Amino acid sequence: MRPARFLAFSAALLLGLTACGSGGGGDAADAESGPVTISYGIWDKNQAPAMQKIADEFHAANSDITVKLQVTPFKQYWTTLQTAATGGGAPDVFWMNGPNIKLYAGNGQLLPLDGAIKEGGLDLGDYPSALVDLYTLDGKTYGIPKDFDTIGVWYNKAIFDAAKVDHPTDDWTWDDFQATARKLTDPAKGIYGAAAPVENQAGFYDTIHSAGGHIISADGTASGYGTPEALHGIEFWTSLVKDGASPTVQQMTDTSPYDMFKAGKVAMIWNGSWAAGEYNGIAELKNTVDVARIPTGPKGSISVIHGLGNVIFAKTKHPDAAEKFVAFLGSKRAAEIQAEAGAVIPAFNGTQQQWVDSMPQFNVKAYIDEVADAAAYPVSKETKTWNALETEILTKVWTGEVAAATGLKELATQMDAALAKEQ
Amino acid sequence: MSRMRRNDLFWAGVFIAPTFLGLLLFYMWPVLRTLFISFTETGPFGGSEWVGFDNYAALAQDSALWSTLWNTVKFTLVALLGIPLALVLAALLSTPGLRGVKVYRVIYFLPVVTMPAAVGLIWRTLYNGEVGVINAILGTIGLPGTNWLSNPATALYAVAVVGIWLGLGTQIVIFLAAIQGVPKDLYEAAQLDGAGRVRQFWSVTLPSISPSIFFISVLAVIGALQTFDLIFVMTGTSNPAYPQTETIVAQFYQRGFVDNQQGYAAAIAFVLLVLIVAVTAVQFRLQKKWVHYV
Repeated sequence: MRPARFLAFSAALLLGLTACGSGGGGDAADAESGPVTISYGIWDKNQAPAMQKIADEFHAANSDITVKLQVTPFKQYWTTLQTAATGGGAPDVFWMNGPNIKLYAGNGQLLPLDGAIKEGGLDLGDYPSALVDLYTLDGKTYGIPKDFDTIGVWYNKAIFDAAKVDHPTDDWTWDDFQATARKLTDPAKGIYGAAAPVENQAGFYDTIHSAGGHIISADGTASGYGTPEALHGIEFWTSLVKDGASPTVQQMTDTSPYDMFKAGKVAMIWNGSWAAGEYNGIAELKNTVDVARIPTGPKGSISVIHGLGNVIFAKTKHPDAAEKFVAFLGSKRAAEIQAEAGAVIPAFNGTQQQWVDSMPQFNVKAYIDEVADAAAYPVSKETKTWNALETEILTKVWTGEVAAATGLKELATQMDAALAKEQ
Repeated sequence: MSRMRRNDLFWAGVFIAPTFLGLLLFYMWPVLRTLFISFTETGPFGGSEWVGFDNYAALAQDSALWSTLWNTVKFTLVALLGIPLALVLAALLSTPGLRGVKVYRVIYFLPVVTMPAAVGLIWRTLYNGEVGVINAILGTIGLPGTNWLSNPATALYAVAVVGIWLGLGTQIVIFLAAIQGVPKDLYEAAQLDGAGRVRQFWSVTLPSISPSIFFISVLAVIGALQTFDLIFVMTGTSNPAYPQTETIVAQFYQRGFVDNQQGYAAAIAFVLLVLIVAVTAVQFRLQKKWVHYV
């Protein structure tokens, strides 16, 4: 065969392939008239039943719109989402969080929701203003607050009772926490008083704020890690590891401290309000664990507050259906379904009590009480860049490879450089 | 050209076309695209800007490149220890009159058909510092264990051992086939000359199967230089031993898919490609000294 004929033949084969490729997806264009299916991307499988219930009720009221849940584990969620969004294939509606909202909204990946809010009859005054602000960029709303979370200290009552130690109270102090952790540690039984993982949201963000420090300046241009308050907040954790009152970083790498807590090997662990629903659903834990406010530091008991938002992908093929669904997700009814399931604290004001009532045996009211003093979750345009620095540098501080003061200076310098690049 | 010959050529083209097109579409095109991307800076959601050699210049200054490169070289050297191990096992398995050869073969081949991710997860529990089987066994003979995968001194080697275990099956099967292909009269002649089993292995088996050893070495080196899945599953960015285990492909993944710096990641991929081509070229050069083609 001559080259020309060979090329023609190859081209024909290629065309055949691409024709097959486009044949499959040809029916997408004529969607808005007939019944449509939209996808809803989420990451928490513990919340999937409540989300499914919301989707079902929405479908009952809008029989021509079916919502299909897409659960991606959190570890892969953002990598997958960003790749999908780049290729135009992200879910029509999906969960958004603080660290990523500026990245997505600022790069035109999200639909402004002001139209959906008006048509759906939503009132942004129904949600905590800190969360509404989180999802507002340049005066436009890109996400409807779905839920919020604060941080509490979960403890295993059985370990406390066996060691004859008083249960924590909501007004306990840093010193109380440290003393309790040391008292409960029992190397013979393999029990640690507390777990001090290298964890920001349910860990050093809270202690740094409670010490009077901050993670990022209000205008988002400077790191707060170089301050003495930040050092104080970090040493709260590293001293636990140093004294053996917490497993080492190596141990917590091999076995997650959250699993150690569930297995009764760790007496106290800091965890978000999202954990309440999980512990409530585990028969062995339901009556052996409880929660208290995070202990009061030099400047108070200050938890970070964060909340998810529901957003619409800018390139969705079904913007009308997606807007209707997001409006329903922002409704009081959807908040009530979440509250009943106990999975998370719904953002809709006035429905939080239902969440508290859904788990009467837990002191989960502590999470709601914290809201008044809570600090906003620190974010910038490229949050994950300096989140990676936190993990990289603080892990070395936790293992003792680098002194806390030196590590924090380094972290502050590198974070400042990363923030400067964003501007 | 005769009619007959043209007809042959036509059919040859028809049969080659699917593979050729596949290669073009799925290998050559991505390689060219990667080369192109490595000269650009990409936005978080696509869109790119030509930056010339900026990525490569930044790469040369990047300490992460050198440390991950060094980790990768160490990993590769350890992984190569699997080849002599596979050779010895294959030689033992080809002992005349050995019973149950098929059973052994299945046992050694099993890891090859298992997903590396699943293998990584299982080995993670074996290596676990608190409840791991390995520490339990060491404990019974009075040896102290460690957190194998989170101890910076052991993590890389712990992962490399799993890599060896995963690759052993393929290597043994290829060596077995090669050993069985060695002409019997060579052994008879050696025996007449008074060579024992060990001497026969060194003087007859080894030279005769040297092409297979070469083939396996080339594949093993390329495979080890590209290691990613095991490292990804068995360690992770929050692991205190991560700086000691991060391979160059893991760094590529981090840059390209987590940090979304596709241009920079493409440059890393190209450095790796050049490295692999260079190492393989050296291997081909050296083979003339030790590989015997019968």
